[in-house]
Amino acid sequence: MQAGPPGRRARLRLSGLLWRRPWLKALALLTPPLAAFLIIYIGSLAVVFISSFWSVNAFTSEIEHTWSLANYRLIFDTSQPYLHIALRTLGIAAAVTVTDAVLAFPLAFFMARLAGRRTRAILFVMVLLPLWSSYLVRIYAWQTMLAHNGAINWWLNKLGLPDQNLAYTNAAMWLVFSYVWLPFMVLPVYAALERIPDSYLEASADLGARGARTFRSVILPLALPGLVAGSIFTFALTLGDYITPVLVGGPNSQMIGNVVYDNFATNVPLAAAFTLIPILTMGVYLVIARRLGAFEAL
Amino acid sequence: MTRGTRISLAIWSGLVIAFLWVPIIVIALYAFNGSTLQSWPITSWSLHWFSVAWHNPDARSALELSLKVGAITTAIALVLGTMAAAAVARYRFFGRDAVSFLLVLPLALPGIITGMALNSFFVFAGISVSMWTIVIGHATFCVVVVYNNVVARLRRTSASLIEASQDLGADGWQTFRFVLWPVLSTALVAGGLLAFALSFDEVIVTTFTAGLQETLPLFILNNIRQGQELPVINVLAFFVIVITVIPVALAQRVIRDTGVSRRGAAQVTEGVEAAEIPAV
Repeated sequence: MQAGPPGRRARLRLSGLLWRRPWLKALALLTPPLAAFLIIYIGSLAVVFISSFWSVNAFTSEIEHTWSLANYRLIFDTSQPYLHIALRTLGIAAAVTVTDAVLAFPLAFFMARLAGRRTRAILFVMVLLPLWSSYLVRIYAWQTMLAHNGAINWWLNKLGLPDQNLAYTNAAMWLVFSYVWLPFMVLPVYAALERIPDSYLEASADLGARGARTFRSVILPLALPGLVAGSIFTFALTLGDYITPVLVGGPNSQMIGNVVYDNFATNVPLAAAFTLIPILTMGVYLVIARRLGAFEAL
Repeated sequence: MTRGTRISLAIWSGLVIAFLWVPIIVIALYAFNGSTLQSWPITSWSLHWFSVAWHNPDARSALELSLKVGAITTAIALVLGTMAAAAVARYRFFGRDAVSFLLVLPLALPGIITGMALNSFFVFAGISVSMWTIVIGHATFCVVVVYNNVVARLRRTSASLIEASQDLGADGWQTFRFVLWPVLSTALVAGGLLAFALSFDEVIVTTFTAGLQETLPLFILNNIRQGQELPVINVLAFFVIVITVIPVALAQRVIRDTGVSRRGAAQVTEGVEAAEIPAV
């Protein structure tokens, strides 16, 4: 019944076998990617978790495989800088998230509800391209602009304002973080606003609501999942960054990322214990975000 | 909505877009700065630093490493991402949602976690750093880019196409070549381009998995930190912006031109899917 050379017959038989036993095909497709992820990625996370209970011998710099909570005690010891650094990181991440929400919402609203098709497409690309253009280069651009003889002071002088020494401060970090993660907030908010049917707004108006009331009772609740989805990015990305503090931060701008980066070669157990702060924070954050419907808005 | 509100929203939007673009334009202009000083405004213009950057041996080897890593990472991401997508889109099985979650984890978790985790793993397993450790690091978060694109495409494609092909006597290879490939090709091209852009630009995970090797972003970072050769770095910054933006613009175009997502909403969804990927 089956024509053709033996190679083709074998291939047809294989196709038939996989068709009759779909689980075989699913298994064959899933095993390579899953095995790679489970062994390398989940394995790595397990190693980090375990090594956070180890310690480094002060004399030999060798990792000692003895179990203790010493690293965690160090992190929560108020006489050490670590707890302070963790709180500063969380504070900046929160400030950046709020700033981005405020900057992004009107733009997303304009794109989704007011702009014509053509304008909307242009704006979409103008938000998307900065998101993808090198993040390192965009931080570097700010370092150059914020410098004493940089563009910011020059423009301020043109406006008749005095020099601002923003470079290498926490304010500079806040500004630059807000800048680099802004597109991550605009896009999900835009997607959420775009999905609101016009009939909802008409119904609200028919029921006598003015603009402000419609905004508060209809638009904002429906846009909330988008805002929360955007905040996952702005919050998580700020939490895990160490490049921005290095390039535009000052002596008091250390963040969680810097502690991890500075210790990963010399004190793996301490660095490992410190990475658990962002892991746990994001875990809690994602659970709350899921409750608020952010996952459907992604 | 009043006219005043509309106008203020338009003005606000214009200002935010300007905020997004001014720094990119400023740093691009510095590539043409004739002076070695980084001050503003730029007083003399020159293409001199392009030739200096082109002949810088360290920059060249960094670029070479970045291109190699990007190409290999993209290939791995395409194979693994497509396999996982095919399984998840076509079959129902226990733990299917967990697969999506597992794949997106390296992107959702901050870069230092992925970097730190992989570094401890390599130390623990006695693997010394090489180009391959960088590739493994990049592949963990690039797989999901391809996966997302292919899953979205497969969900919009009817499974009966494959059955029809088999009923007509096609073997697996023919079904793939003549039925699946035409449906998937643009999703694969778009996913591959995005994966490449993501790998080419990556800094944080790379610093944990590269040892003393320098990819192009690491070369740029190290020089910025030491304030060395900034005119050359300006040229490289210009180059990096251009080379990461081109694949993304192409990927957007490829997704849009397929006609699969002709509806505005579908297009936006796919755009956001592409945009989900942090440029870390």
